[in-house]
Amino acid sequence: METFLLALVIGGAFGAVLDRIGASNPSLIGRMLNLTDLNLAKTILLAIGVGSVLMFGGQMLGLVDVGHMSVKAAYPGVLLGGLMLGAGWAAAGYCPGTGVVAAASGRRDALFFIAGGLLGAAAYMITYPMWKASGLLDPIGGGKVTLGLVPGSEFNAISAFPGDVLGLILGVAFIAIAFALPSRLVRGGGDTAALCRMN
Amino acid sequence: MPLDWKTGGLLLGAVFFAAVLLVKPIGVSTQFVILDGILADAVNADLVVQIDEGYASSNAYLNKSDGKYARSVANPLNYSFVFVLAMALGGFVSARMRGGIKQVDKTVPALWRANFGSGSAKRYAVAFLGGFIVLYGARLAGGCTSGHMMSGMMQTALSGYLFTIGAFAAAIPVALTMYKREA
Repeated sequence: METFLLALVIGGAFGAVLDRIGASNPSLIGRMLNLTDLNLAKTILLAIGVGSVLMFGGQMLGLVDVGHMSVKAAYPGVLLGGLMLGAGWAAAGYCPGTGVVAAASGRRDALFFIAGGLLGAAAYMITYPMWKASGLLDPIGGGKVTLGLVPGSEFNAISAFPGDVLGLILGVAFIAIAFALPSRLVRGGGDTAALCRMN
Repeated sequence: MPLDWKTGGLLLGAVFFAAVLLVKPIGVSTQFVILDGILADAVNADLVVQIDEGYASSNAYLNKSDGKYARSVANPLNYSFVFVLAMALGGFVSARMRGGIKQVDKTVPALWRANFGSGSAKRYAVAFLGGFIVLYGARLAGGCTSGHMMSGMMQTALSGYLFTIGAFAAAIPVALTMYKREA
């Protein structure tokens, strides 16, 4: 029951925030990825930084359970899958989470994205043995590793640097990049009024 | 209007932190597999079976890691699946509270209209194909924008950086090519 409530509250909050920051608006995803409006990128960078600082800071103060960390394995398929996801993300303007939120917020094209997603996931379930046999799912760099060794965690690291300190430093770096990034990198014919009309 | 990036970033960061503080890092794309499994198991009840040590499946992917996914398919009311359903609920309520999405944007988003016109068939087709490669890619990578990019880099996971490099290396050229005109 407690698990159910936590899922409801945290999941609900995540969905609401994705809607409010515009991550489930394909026009804003497109404008981030064609480099004409980086506000969403700044939001995401700040969020990663804030999350990192709070988590590693909390760990250092003994307030956050290191055991809650869950590090995914690194293998060549991560890069390959990332490339595929990136292409689809740019074309459709949705990723798995934002597609769900967009459909719930009333976007009909997101229902087609979800239908395609269910079929794509099913296709992977069927073709998984082929990938497994290809060796592209074999771990690289140690597999489930962090950049620095996090005290008390079950995960290995690619360096001997203290992982919590490094996490804190990188968190601050993400925040700094969020502030330093301009709101657009590419000049186009757009005007600010157009930006407002999109929402 | 979306939230200012400072407010939005703080809120989004707080949610990612709350998740890892209280339960575990956020992830979404696995649940597409779980829903597929639930649907397929409803048609073919032999897909997921209970065994002495838990659950097993005739599908090698559902059966991997000691039937971890098979267990979730058999028990849909688990944390991760309810989490994604709750995301939909949160998105629905939030969109309602700010007045909803403009009717014209519901079928064809503004940036798409500026570049490809307002016909819905082409937009739906690309959304469908995009969904296919996004989820195929996410499952190949073992995570998506939430699990790899955000949760992963937040934890300084090597895999998170690997994924993010791949995702942007493809996403930026595709967006620059497809969306030349601004809305």
